[in-house]
Amino acid sequence: MSERSEQPNLPRRTFLGIAASAAVAPGLMLFNIAGAKPDSQAVSSKNRWGMLVDTTKCADGCRACVEACHTENGISSRGRPTTDPQWIRAVTLRDRETGRETHLPLMCQHCEHPPCVDVCPTGASFRRADGIVLVDRHICIGCRYCMMACPYKARSFVHESLHDQLPHNPRGKGCVESCTFCVHRVDEGNLTPACVEACEKDGHRALVFGDLKDPNSELYKLLTEIDSRQLRQDLGLNTGVRYRGV
Amino acid sequence: MIHLPHLLRLGLLLAAGWLAALGAGCSAPAAPQLPKGLGDECVEPLDVIRRAHMHLLSDQRDKTMHEGIRTQEHSLKSCIECHASKDAEGHWVPVDAPGQFCESCHSYTAVSMDCFQCHAAKPEKQPLLMRVEKR
Repeated sequence: MSERSEQPNLPRRTFLGIAASAAVAPGLMLFNIAGAKPDSQAVSSKNRWGMLVDTTKCADGCRACVEACHTENGISSRGRPTTDPQWIRAVTLRDRETGRETHLPLMCQHCEHPPCVDVCPTGASFRRADGIVLVDRHICIGCRYCMMACPYKARSFVHESLHDQLPHNPRGKGCVESCTFCVHRVDEGNLTPACVEACEKDGHRALVFGDLKDPNSELYKLLTEIDSRQLRQDLGLNTGVRYRGV
Repeated sequence: MIHLPHLLRLGLLLAAGWLAALGAGCSAPAAPQLPKGLGDECVEPLDVIRRAHMHLLSDQRDKTMHEGIRTQEHSLKSCIECHASKDAEGHWVPVDAPGQFCESCHSYTAVSMDCFQCHAAKPEKQPLLMRVEKR
């Protein structure tokens, strides 16, 4: 309780104002402001968030993106690989003929026509206007139809009670969850999801996040320059995540 | 006419229960003592927030979840940042722990809340005010 007396005596409204301005100012310097929007503004279809995974730069045995994702979102393992939630997986593809191996991270592909949304009986699976596919866990009943419908096996079910969730990522037993493109970061204008940040930090730079609709974004430019494709392009889902070298 | 014996029996039972309660010296439970929040005043007048906080929160949650609107005024996170308190060792105490802000009122009114099965019941870091001072 001694903490309380150390606080300046600010009215609640003033306090919120200061907190908001303090949070925004360093943000402008640290992060790309192209995607920044005022807190009170709804997301719009003017943006479509996407990612390029350059598998030629993705290193064998590197799990930086996986670990960063799970730290950022408060996902911990219980040592049960078959049921532990995984928002992003390090996958190795092996050509049976040549033995050539390709390493890539696999997560929610944030489809334009997501099968998970099609099958959801309650409307909990939805696609935001800016293309991010999410689960509204207030509505999710844990039926797991979406997990069966997803061609990428990108979703996980939370089987056990959780404690010490992070304030920016509420999650709990009985709901389905998956990669959110670090939506809490995107909404505050930080266009670097945890996985991208970790990949960059390790010097691989295999992941690029950005706006698929913005011709000036690094992602858009890369996609026009290099040969990339969608996983299971044949399904016509128009994924937000694109891969190079698969 | 057929139901009269049943009604009588029910009436007697209720009266007996009431008398027993009186005999045991039951009194109204004491009003909850809420820990004080960080700021001087709430984001809404007290009568509004007491009656409508659940609607404000549920409205805000839909806006945040589906439209990415992250204003702080009615967000659960902000409520917790203002209303969580610390124990003697300086550790955060969850707002749904006995005697804390949310729990004390909710147990008084016998309304269960599910928020904290998923949502964090304590702030992640230092209080916002302290973070502001550092900057």
